[in-house]
Amino acid sequence: MSGRPEHGYPDPAAAARAALDRILAGVSSHAASHPPADTPPPTPPDERGRAEADDRPVDERLYATITGFARTLRAAGVAADRERTQNMVEALARLDVTRPMDVYWAGRFTLCSGPDDIPRYDRCFAAYFGGERALPVRQPAVVTVTRHVVSLGDDGEGGQEGDGDVVPMTASRVEILRHRDVARMTAAERDEIHRMLALLEAARQRRRSRRFTPAQRGRIDPRRTVRDTLRRGGEPARLRRRTHRTRPRRVVLLVDVSGSMAPYADTLLRFAHALVRREPRATEVFSVGTRLTRITEELRHRDPATAMREVSAAIPDWSGGTRLGEELKEFLARHGSYARGAIAVIASDGWERGDPSLLGSQMARLSRLAHRVVWVNPHKGSEGYQPLTGGMQAALPYIDDFVAGHSLAAFEDLAALLAGKQSGKTR
Amino acid sequence: MLEKHGYLADEGLATACFLALRMGRPLFLEGEAGVGKTELAKTLATVLDAPLIRLQCYEGLDAAQALYDWDFPRQLLHLKAAEAAGVHDAERLEGELYDRRYLIARPLLRALETWPSVLLVDEVDRADDEFEAFLLEVLSDFQISIPELGTVRAERPPVVVITSNRTREVHDALKRRCLYHWLEHPSFEREVAILRKRLPECGETLAAQVARATARLREADLVKPPGIAETLDWTEALLTLGARDLDPALAAASLGALLKYREDQETVLRNGLLDDVRPA
Repeated sequence: MSGRPEHGYPDPAAAARAALDRILAGVSSHAASHPPADTPPPTPPDERGRAEADDRPVDERLYATITGFARTLRAAGVAADRERTQNMVEALARLDVTRPMDVYWAGRFTLCSGPDDIPRYDRCFAAYFGGERALPVRQPAVVTVTRHVVSLGDDGEGGQEGDGDVVPMTASRVEILRHRDVARMTAAERDEIHRMLALLEAARQRRRSRRFTPAQRGRIDPRRTVRDTLRRGGEPARLRRRTHRTRPRRVVLLVDVSGSMAPYADTLLRFAHALVRREPRATEVFSVGTRLTRITEELRHRDPATAMREVSAAIPDWSGGTRLGEELKEFLARHGSYARGAIAVIASDGWERGDPSLLGSQMARLSRLAHRVVWVNPHKGSEGYQPLTGGMQAALPYIDDFVAGHSLAAFEDLAALLAGKQSGKTR
Repeated sequence: MLEKHGYLADEGLATACFLALRMGRPLFLEGEAGVGKTELAKTLATVLDAPLIRLQCYEGLDAAQALYDWDFPRQLLHLKAAEAAGVHDAERLEGELYDRRYLIARPLLRALETWPSVLLVDEVDRADDEFEAFLLEVLSDFQISIPELGTVRAERPPVVVITSNRTREVHDALKRRCLYHWLEHPSFEREVAILRKRLPECGETLAAQVARATARLREADLVKPPGIAETLDWTEALLTLGARDLDPALAAASLGALLKYREDQETVLRNGLLDDVRPA
């Protein structure tokens, strides 16, 4: 910032200069003549009173004041980083530091970066420059984890684990298994499903990149054609062509590991493992429950069993409650860039313990960031399922694909969806 | 000054424009559709008496469409002409081929080469993130390098206005470079003033009634709350219908100019949101 040249606007081109002078004069006089009633300012700051109580040079004092203000904002959740703080100082240098409204706007233009920041900014501004130095420190959220037992409502025959002796697999048996709900499988059957999941062809949808690559067909590549022609002394050579390069589209998978998802979590994580194995650079996996945990690294292990061991050690909140809204918010705040242009997959039954409206607003943000939002709900596979839970209701408007995730067949469909191939199967 | 050209800015927006000009930084405008983001860029251009260079963003927009491209047919013509003239000095030929006159300047390059100018990067949220990174590069140094030609640098940066409708989050790095301003719907007084300014034949009474009605509709839960553009359309429609005073029947008859979604019109009529518009 400091190295940047001063862009001196009022200069040459006589007409332009006149116009600029007019606007500069116009803007400032307009601003001065405008009563602040139009835009509700927070409590007017008392910048002058503070300045007199200190005998450090003005610049230093100003800088300290602004740095402190930025810190207050950061505590309130506004991303007022150092560069932004610097920008505010730079902006203030061109305004009148003694005018509260100038200070207000200089900070708002430079420190805020979204509509959500503005109410926070107003609050902090009033608190900081209004004299109360006591700053609004971010309240640590009170987390209550309820371990609850959920009847899945659809448990029927064969829910017991370990009642199966190993039966040799036949083609028809595999076919039956493919469509069975994993929650109702025996341990041996589930092992078999996990082996098949590891072999799942988890190809990835491609997205067009801005870069070009030489190709046999496609648009003419003028640069290469002309160079080629030139090399032959102007003799028209064959036309070179180019096409846009493609890249695998990133998938961000959020796996709910809360109590109600326990029968499916293991299988879902193995599915995640297959995704990571296939596209290590374009897959991100997080577990959600009561804590958001990034488990991509753990899933990079080649061997599924090792990966699963690592993952279970990494996840601190197995079978706890669900605070999807809060965690989605945290995900977007901390790792939001992963979701940009990606396919966001949320695997959860939508049993939200928290406030469904928070989940709704976070889903709205996610849907703005992501290329597509896919929701995998294991219960969707069961007959007569209706997305009635509060969480599901809040999230539904922002979902592009709502799919089942209870059986191997469902996972194959999901994999096809992520690969950009719509399978003909019903889901 | 903006006012003279029919754009009524509040103190915040006026300060934002002032700072953007003084600091040579892009102005990043966000806000609901129809609050006057694009309009501001146009007005700035008029006020500064500078050309408005508009880059409309869309998914897949790339450098060749935003920055520059070589004029391939003309290059070949030149080559043919040189051949006819018997020029065989390859190096010289190449130098001639990649001459500035064969370069087609797209909006970004044109804005860097023109001063003064107002560059409007409209709806940046529609472009993909790779384009944002590229834009950031251009807007940081106000220079671009063309491999065959060298670096083009703006002697003075253009005035840049970037708008976003928030259909997608825009990269933080880009926002950080800019002065960020969230535009609100205008206050009641300002909206009345805008209506009177833009439609001089509109009387004080009608303007106040319209402003009050639209303010209420913005509070209601509509798919697309009316922006200033819609308010202006509506007022014009009412004026065309010969209205000097708003009444529910007239309002219902001209509602299509204000609300562009069928659901919204139904909501408004069903809930009688415009039934008591008359008392001004």
